[in-house]
Amino acid sequence: MIMPELADDVVVKVENLVKEYKMGSTIVRALRGITLEIKRGEYISIMGPSGSGKTTLFNMIGALDKPTSGKVYIEGQDMSELDTFELAWLRCHKIGYIFQTFNLIPVMTALENVMLPMIFAGLSKSERIEKASKLLEMVGLGHRLHHKPYELSGGQQQRVAIARALANDPAIILADEPTANLDLKTGREIITLIKKMNEERGVTVITNTHDLKMIDVSNRIVFIRDGLVEQIKNRDEVEVVVGTVEE
Amino acid sequence: MAQERGIKRQIQLPLTEAIKISFESLRIRFWRSLITTAGISLGIAFLVSVVASATISANVEANRGAREAEIDILAAQEAKEAGSISPQSIWLISMSLIVCVVGIANSMLMAVTERFREIGTMKCLGALDRFIVELFLLESGFQGLAGAFIGALIGLLTAVLVNLKNYGLDTFVFFPGLKILAIIAAACLLGVILSVIGAAGPAYKAAKMPPAEAMRVEV
Repeated sequence: MIMPELADDVVVKVENLVKEYKMGSTIVRALRGITLEIKRGEYISIMGPSGSGKTTLFNMIGALDKPTSGKVYIEGQDMSELDTFELAWLRCHKIGYIFQTFNLIPVMTALENVMLPMIFAGLSKSERIEKASKLLEMVGLGHRLHHKPYELSGGQQQRVAIARALANDPAIILADEPTANLDLKTGREIITLIKKMNEERGVTVITNTHDLKMIDVSNRIVFIRDGLVEQIKNRDEVEVVVGTVEE
Repeated sequence: MAQERGIKRQIQLPLTEAIKISFESLRIRFWRSLITTAGISLGIAFLVSVVASATISANVEANRGAREAEIDILAAQEAKEAGSISPQSIWLISMSLIVCVVGIANSMLMAVTERFREIGTMKCLGALDRFIVELFLLESGFQGLAGAFIGALIGLLTAVLVNLKNYGLDTFVFFPGLKILAIIAAACLLGVILSVIGAAGPAYKAAKMPPAEAMRVEV
């Protein structure tokens, strides 16, 4: 008899994660033992003041940096067991990244930026063009396929980045403060778009933010302080009033 | 274990795509690339002018000697010595090569450093360290080839002008075409090798960084 895996729907599992940085002679503990489970299809916001370790946590989940101790599992796979080739494969196929500073490759057009991860994944040229055009159309940039990043506005660049993040149909999208460099209206559009991808494609979204607008669309909010999880709340437990100044 | 869970290893970057990307990178940073290329050109131009000039004059002297005193072996011998490269020239050539290598290494260091974020991003998208190194080596190789070729032509032109002044039209009558071609080919090869060596260090260092660290670097 085959036993179904109990935690099958857990897409990201973080166990006792510790990360220390050396700053000169002192050791800074950015993460001091974080434990977290994220289910498939969830929209999670990681909140916390700057310096609380949320970017560090983001980098650990995204396999962009190695933890000092503790484990990160993506779809049940312990990341510390993977070699560099397997990590590259994981980044290419399983995780889509969206950055605060967009990070498009400046020498490439919107279409080429979206096609780049598909080259790594080994898609043929015609497949790449077809899929990337579709993705760009989906994010509302069907008319800007051949523009270079510097010819696009911030909001448009972030849309290209979203299309690029979805290039190889990842299980997880990691968005590091995706609206921090955008104005209020554009930021809201980007959030709506990410939420739409989350709902329509079932991709798990993990964002890292102190933007209250992003909390509104989240399923759960993880509060981080001093490298520890302070509390985890469901959306309906948090009161968010967007548009007013909080005292 | 990892394979059982569907984690695979195969990630690719076909050479044609790599060439296209690195060529575009050069084209879009045209002026910056041009300055680096000019550095290579100058070094190679100096080298080629010294070597080509010596080769041409040796050939002209030898042939003239043979024409004027048909069996005067001694004169021909003398002429050959006059046309060979002096120790002073060798020293100058070595210096110009060293300047060339240092200049290229410096340019490549800058070019790689200012693109750390791009490198980090590429790694996030699944690029292997090898791809990053490959892209930068291709870029520097193109620059080396273009710079060396232009430099070789400039050097050759200088050498021809100097010899025209000394020997007049005999320069063309006894022009050692094959030898000159070989010198130009060797100069191009040297340019490529030098700039690839200059780029290899910084590119390798950048490729080895964890993506998060590469993107954190502010330039």
